[in-house]
Amino acid sequence: MTDDPGGAPTPYIPNTGADQAIMLERLGLERVEQLFDQLPAQYRDPEIELPRRLSEAELVGAMRRRAAANRDGDRPSFLGAGAYRRFVPAVVQHLVSRSEFVTSYTPYQPEISQGTLQAAFEYQSVVCELTGMDVSNTGMYDAASATAEACLLAARVTKRQAVAVLEPLHPHTLEVIRAYGAGSDLRVDVVTSAAELSEEHACLVAQQPDFLGRIRDVEPLARAAHDAGALCVVAADPFALGVLRAPGDAGADIVTGEGRDLAGPLNFGGPSLGLFAARNHFLRQMPGRIVGRTKELHGADGREPRTGYVLTLQAREQFIRRSRATSNFSTGQALVALAFTIAVQALGPVGLRCSAELCYQRAHHAAARIDALPGFTVRDTGPWFQEFLVAGPLPPEELSLRLAERGIQAGLDVSGRPEPETDGALLFCVTEATPDEHIDALVQALSDISEGRHA
Amino acid sequence: MTSKSDREDIGARLSFDRSVSGRRAVDTPEWDGPRAEPLPEGLTRGGLRLPELSQGQLVRYYTALSHLNFGVDSGTYPLGSCTMKYNPKVNDEVAGLPGFAGVHPLAPEVEVQGTLEVLFELQEMLGAITGLPAVSLAPAAGAQGELAGMLMVKKVLQERGEGERRRVIVPDSAHGTNPASAAMVGFTVTEIPSGPGGSMDPAALERELDDTVAALMVTLPNTLGLWERDIERVVRLVHDNGSYVYGDGANLNPLLGRIRFGDLGFDVVHLNLHKTFSTPHGGGGPGAGPVCATPELAAYLPAPVIVPAAVDDEVRFRLARPTSSIGRLQQFHGNIGVLLRAYAYIRTLGLDGLRATSGAAVLNANYLRSLLEEHYALPYPGTVMHEAVFSGARQRRKHGVRTYDIAKRLIDYGFHPPTVYFPLIVEEALMIEPTETEAREDIEAFAATMAAIAEEAAQDPDVLHNAPHTAPISRLDEATAARRPELRWWPGEQAREE
Repeated sequence: MTDDPGGAPTPYIPNTGADQAIMLERLGLERVEQLFDQLPAQYRDPEIELPRRLSEAELVGAMRRRAAANRDGDRPSFLGAGAYRRFVPAVVQHLVSRSEFVTSYTPYQPEISQGTLQAAFEYQSVVCELTGMDVSNTGMYDAASATAEACLLAARVTKRQAVAVLEPLHPHTLEVIRAYGAGSDLRVDVVTSAAELSEEHACLVAQQPDFLGRIRDVEPLARAAHDAGALCVVAADPFALGVLRAPGDAGADIVTGEGRDLAGPLNFGGPSLGLFAARNHFLRQMPGRIVGRTKELHGADGREPRTGYVLTLQAREQFIRRSRATSNFSTGQALVALAFTIAVQALGPVGLRCSAELCYQRAHHAAARIDALPGFTVRDTGPWFQEFLVAGPLPPEELSLRLAERGIQAGLDVSGRPEPETDGALLFCVTEATPDEHIDALVQALSDISEGRHA
Repeated sequence: MTSKSDREDIGARLSFDRSVSGRRAVDTPEWDGPRAEPLPEGLTRGGLRLPELSQGQLVRYYTALSHLNFGVDSGTYPLGSCTMKYNPKVNDEVAGLPGFAGVHPLAPEVEVQGTLEVLFELQEMLGAITGLPAVSLAPAAGAQGELAGMLMVKKVLQERGEGERRRVIVPDSAHGTNPASAAMVGFTVTEIPSGPGGSMDPAALERELDDTVAALMVTLPNTLGLWERDIERVVRLVHDNGSYVYGDGANLNPLLGRIRFGDLGFDVVHLNLHKTFSTPHGGGGPGAGPVCATPELAAYLPAPVIVPAAVDDEVRFRLARPTSSIGRLQQFHGNIGVLLRAYAYIRTLGLDGLRATSGAAVLNANYLRSLLEEHYALPYPGTVMHEAVFSGARQRRKHGVRTYDIAKRLIDYGFHPPTVYFPLIVEEALMIEPTETEAREDIEAFAATMAAIAEEAAQDPDVLHNAPHTAPISRLDEATAARRPELRWWPGEQAREE
């Protein structure tokens, strides 16, 4: 703050007292407060309790203290369950920090937004390739809300009032589907087999890999959904699609997914990124923004018209269709989508496959070492990708505590779930980004625990 | 600046088209341990078509794309209703501290006390600023905040046994998200016309009020940039009818520290942290759309909310689910990185800084209004709040120049155009919001340019019809883009089949 009473009031406001005086004079006013005279007097300028104002240096100190109150995210952690630590190439953060990307709005003026628009087209292309789908929007809030929007789409096109979600599904995803579904009084049926589908269901929702880490065979699920006249919605981990069959090739109608993990650090879960891709047939029912490729109307200065990109098919959207829009979606997660795109393209076809393969191998190797420990079992329930169920000599809650005492974050306690294989089990996650030392530390700690040695 | 775009048709060649087999941008480690049993064949994929570029090529490509963009850091960006203010850089820096960035969303609460402390304090500060003390930071954007607010209204009405209230009243000047959000919740939308002065007409509202009305959705100040003259009476009418008042807080910027939604009787509002609280918009997000409500509605907020812990010394803050919560709207807890930035912004301003912000924003908007009034029609004259909505109707009738042309011509002069053709109730609308971070001379330069364009419209309308002339690309064929959608890259052969 400045001592000069006529100086600019904050570093972000350029106008000084002298500027204000000139502006007020033109308006025939004496004080800025007069501009607010139309507001009801009895509520004007209320007493508001806010913490004292900080300088930039003080802010940095205050935020460092708070950040330090979090426990170090770099210590051994085996939590997954919907958020996975990934290797993110350094170019990603570098490129998405460019202020032309960071400080622009939704690209309503294509002539000066081609950077955002062309990158969004790259994103749509990447998502279609990974998922095996025909069309993608420019991204939604997160995987769960994208999946809920997929259910709403399915209900619209089938004119049915119920959806079936196949367990094991992330419990939070189920909650989000219920919350979104409550709006249109959609019934949400939790099923354990596609055989439970009926002609009341608009869609079958399945997670790939499922919540307990197992890889699904999507094809029979899609067939069962189609036999019931329903859509098949697959919520897939896009990273796992580096090795897994594209859901589109297996018959899925809509594929959603979470893009955050490849885009950057976990950030306590957000900003996130919801992938949403579909078969061409559903294009005009899709929620969200879509970018299309086109040409200049006229080539400037006699040259051939150049290629450009625009927001398109906007007749679906809220600002045109209002209460009859396909969704209320407006601001999304564009910068996260840019990061996701650059990360996938930096890895490339070989890097993405190798990373996913490395993740698979590393996780299986860790699981084998744990399974070999006396008193510990890795539950074998079919092919899996990066998460596995571990049962030990202690109840899950206690095992977590013992590991926490040793500075290790255990896998998620899933012992309260209905599936018999989750009985007494923790869901451990190992990815390509889990360092060898962390796995060694875990194996050592589990071995110590089973042999009764103390931390 | 001679950018790459001057030399090549960059849009014609995507990264996929620049790919050369065998190149790569990054090395990934190989697994050298014992190999697990391979996955069954039916579960794995064949090839994957992704571009293969060297690291330098990839960086150059996206750097070239960035040069085609215009951001707040590039120049004046008076996009009405979007509050494109300068985004302080220290906020990006502190939000990226490794202690915040590294934490897993399902980490035990004891391990994330620093993040939870910030979130709790932000809830408190937003509650204090709006006068609506029950706050959930979970919604990822304004539209999701609206969805949350409408779901809350629906649920509380159901619990009150008044589920037959399924109608929502929305003024015709509202953002499109309002009717769309109401519809997503299964409500039917009744639009009411604005009064002659641009404010809501209480008589028109009264005619619609009956026992089928769930809520009124109102934007304050409204999208004409005007204070709602009869807002107290409007709130009273809605409450006397047993309905709720929902506030769209998209335009909160001019009210900071001046007046509070809660004091005016609003029941629930959403805020757009990427507008009022300066978090960068990222070309279309991430944003954040917290909902703030009365204590009566606290139990219905979306999960999670952050609450102080009662006893445990080590755990001072917890994630909680309100007792009658509408549930979760996202898998985890919201756009945390955005929330951290908004928190940092409020802390560096304090109450004085927030009041200075609203004052400077409103002064800028009125100064701009007064400079432009003689050049463009102002359908609703008088003092505005954060923005002024002009009409290009005069230019259209006299010179055959449309608002669209005026907007495109502004690009040639180095300005981002204002919001155009919204609100729908203004013919050829030009909705201009300078925000408080533009200097007096920036506003004068913008006004002088607008005046010059008005002059050009009279003298040489074709200059406007063909604008922009200096942008990386000229006007695009949007009609064909919608009629024959081309929405993704295809390899050569398939592209021709399309």
